Amino acid sequence: MTSLAFFVLLLACVVGYWINRRGAQAIRADGQRLHSLASYHGLFSALMILVPVLTLILLWLVLQGPVIDRLTMAALPEGALDGLDSGGLQLVLAEIKSISRGQIFGTPEDWKIAAAEHHVALKARSSALMLGAVIALAAAIMLFARSRVGAEFRARQGVERIVSGLMIFCSTVAIFTTVGIVAALVFETGKFLSLVPLREFLFGLNWEPQIPIREDQIAASGAFGWVPVMLGTLVITVVALTFAVPVGLLSAIYLNEFAPQRLRSVAKPILEILAGVPTVVYGFFAILVVAPAIRSLGTSLGIDVSPNTALAAGSVMGVMLIPFISSFADDALSAVPRALRDGALALGATRAETMLNVLFPAALPGIVGGILLAVSRAIGETMIVVMAAGLIAKLTVNPLDSVTTVTVQIVTLLIGDTSFDNPKTLAAFALGMMLFLVTLVINIFALRIVRKYREAYD
Amino acid sequence: MNDMTKFDRFVGLNETKISAQGVNVFYGDTHAVKDVSVEIAERAVTAFIGPSGCGKSTFLRCLNRMNDTIDGARVEGQIHLDGEDIYDPKVDPVQLRAKVGMVFQKPNPFPKSIYDNVAYGPRIHGLARNKADLDEIVEKSLRRAAIWDEVKDRLDAPGTGLSGGQQQRLCIARAVATEPEVLLMDEPCSALDPIATAQVEELIDELKRNVSVVIVTHSMQQAARVSQKTAFFHLGTLVEYGDTGQIFTNPKDPRTEAYITGRIG
Repeated sequence: MTSLAFFVLLLACVVGYWINRRGAQAIRADGQRLHSLASYHGLFSALMILVPVLTLILLWLVLQGPVIDRLTMAALPEGALDGLDSGGLQLVLAEIKSISRGQIFGTPEDWKIAAAEHHVALKARSSALMLGAVIALAAAIMLFARSRVGAEFRARQGVERIVSGLMIFCSTVAIFTTVGIVAALVFETGKFLSLVPLREFLFGLNWEPQIPIREDQIAASGAFGWVPVMLGTLVITVVALTFAVPVGLLSAIYLNEFAPQRLRSVAKPILEILAGVPTVVYGFFAILVVAPAIRSLGTSLGIDVSPNTALAAGSVMGVMLIPFISSFADDALSAVPRALRDGALALGATRAETMLNVLFPAALPGIVGGILLAVSRAIGETMIVVMAAGLIAKLTVNPLDSVTTVTVQIVTLLIGDTSFDNPKTLAAFALGMMLFLVTLVINIFALRIVRKYREAYD
Repeated sequence: MNDMTKFDRFVGLNETKISAQGVNVFYGDTHAVKDVSVEIAERAVTAFIGPSGCGKSTFLRCLNRMNDTIDGARVEGQIHLDGEDIYDPKVDPVQLRAKVGMVFQKPNPFPKSIYDNVAYGPRIHGLARNKADLDEIVEKSLRRAAIWDEVKDRLDAPGTGLSGGQQQRLCIARAVATEPEVLLMDEPCSALDPIATAQVEELIDELKRNVSVVIVTHSMQQAARVSQKTAFFHLGTLVEYGDTGQIFTNPKDPRTEAYITGRIG
């Protein structure tokens, strides 16, 4: 039935387009000059039908479920629901619905079977009603749109207004989604902070959310200080950048200035493919190759190395960031006007001097912006650290020790059966909130630098 | 226009600074400069004129081997500077460019301070022994470029913040700071207004006392005003080369006459 409704919508749009276009063409054939082209008259009709009818269908599909459930429950015989709390009501409704789908377990009471039949009937009626409403609305709009066709009618402006409305809608979807995410985070973080004081969360040096907490013991046990977790994230980020920044920059400089054209045309795409490797694959690499190698190297040097070091996770994350930094730096270097290069070369500067004294400083703001974006990626990176970093939050900056990160903690806190009323689970949202804030600040900073840089050369 | 006659009689006294024999330049498959031979006089201004795309800028860029930096460019023939072949494998293009400076069409100051812009060349070539030395070179160069009075109070300001004409004179100061023997100028005034153009032209006249200047220009008036020798390029070939006065008053080749009277170009 739903697909039929969509089909009717499509058909109505096509027919509306055709009718209006024909109408406009007839006026043109009579020798009058049209304000808008005939196809705009057609599009006007099609869009006028599309937008409201599509909205109607979508709203109907969203709302019909709750409404039908409510009606089904209301039609149950007196006394059937006596003494049930909200959870019990949910169970009854779920059972009725599964019976209506033909999945019968055991022998349900007769009233439940009757309710299931009622439910099916309601659904059928709702679908039929929707189809009727769609046809009626589409026909009404089609007639209205046809009545507007005339030599003076500004169909083009109408179409443009509808299309720009659609574009505004599309461009705000992402913004509203972000707002929704932030609102959800803020809401859950608020609940968390009502259970754990803000001071303890921000400045506490212990993170032990694994301890099961009895309800009367909330304040007494479990520690929710985010400092060691954030410190772990920072250690891994610093390790990653220590690898990625020099390698990425030098490779960008080489490819941009010194590499022969043929090498460049091969090496650059390969570097970009590196950026497309799924991070879970990097995680494998970290566990299976890098971590054991570091450990055995440490053992042979007589250094105590833990099995899942920050160094292993960080260095592999660094490899992941190399193409990111390299391509950003390459773009920034390429954006430096050729005239500057020529100017330096014409003064008798070598290519290395030109790069070091002129091109690199000129591209520096763009490069710094790219590095800051890489930092926020490293902080938010999850899969590599879930696989290769530790779980225990230690207050250490030793890269050979095992550390955990904010993202790892969020994942472990939310895996498995969770209930959303204890601080253990809610802590994940608080951590997410902090992660969001930190990366937001870095991103704003990075974008400001990049924008400033753009102004320098135009 | 009358200025040119003043210098004409001295041209004969000057010795040859750069001598090019049978120069051909190819960009990939394009034959941009065809068999050009020219003698450029010392301490004089030589102008290259001709319609767009005639190869005059390309030929100019051969004189300090700037074409080396372009992928796919190939230069054939002989170019001698003071009798030395500049395309000899023994010659370091970096040192050549210190001797043969260049000023570009669009002012291209580095995004550094005015001081650092001028000091850049002396620094990389180690021309100054100490800070005071460098200060002196910077001041002298800025004075030679007739911009000292305008910028002496803000040497730390970025060079990119100057006006177009000032930027171009800053670039000239930057080029003369390395004490080049030859200065190549690739349409140095095409991005400037008439007043700035007049300043730069006056400057070129000053410079030729110790430097050989080669200037590419689209403006025939400019060539007539500033140069002693003029070369007319057309479709990659050197059509005519001679004293500026003779080229503009009594051209031998009908194509030169057609160009200077505005019939081709």
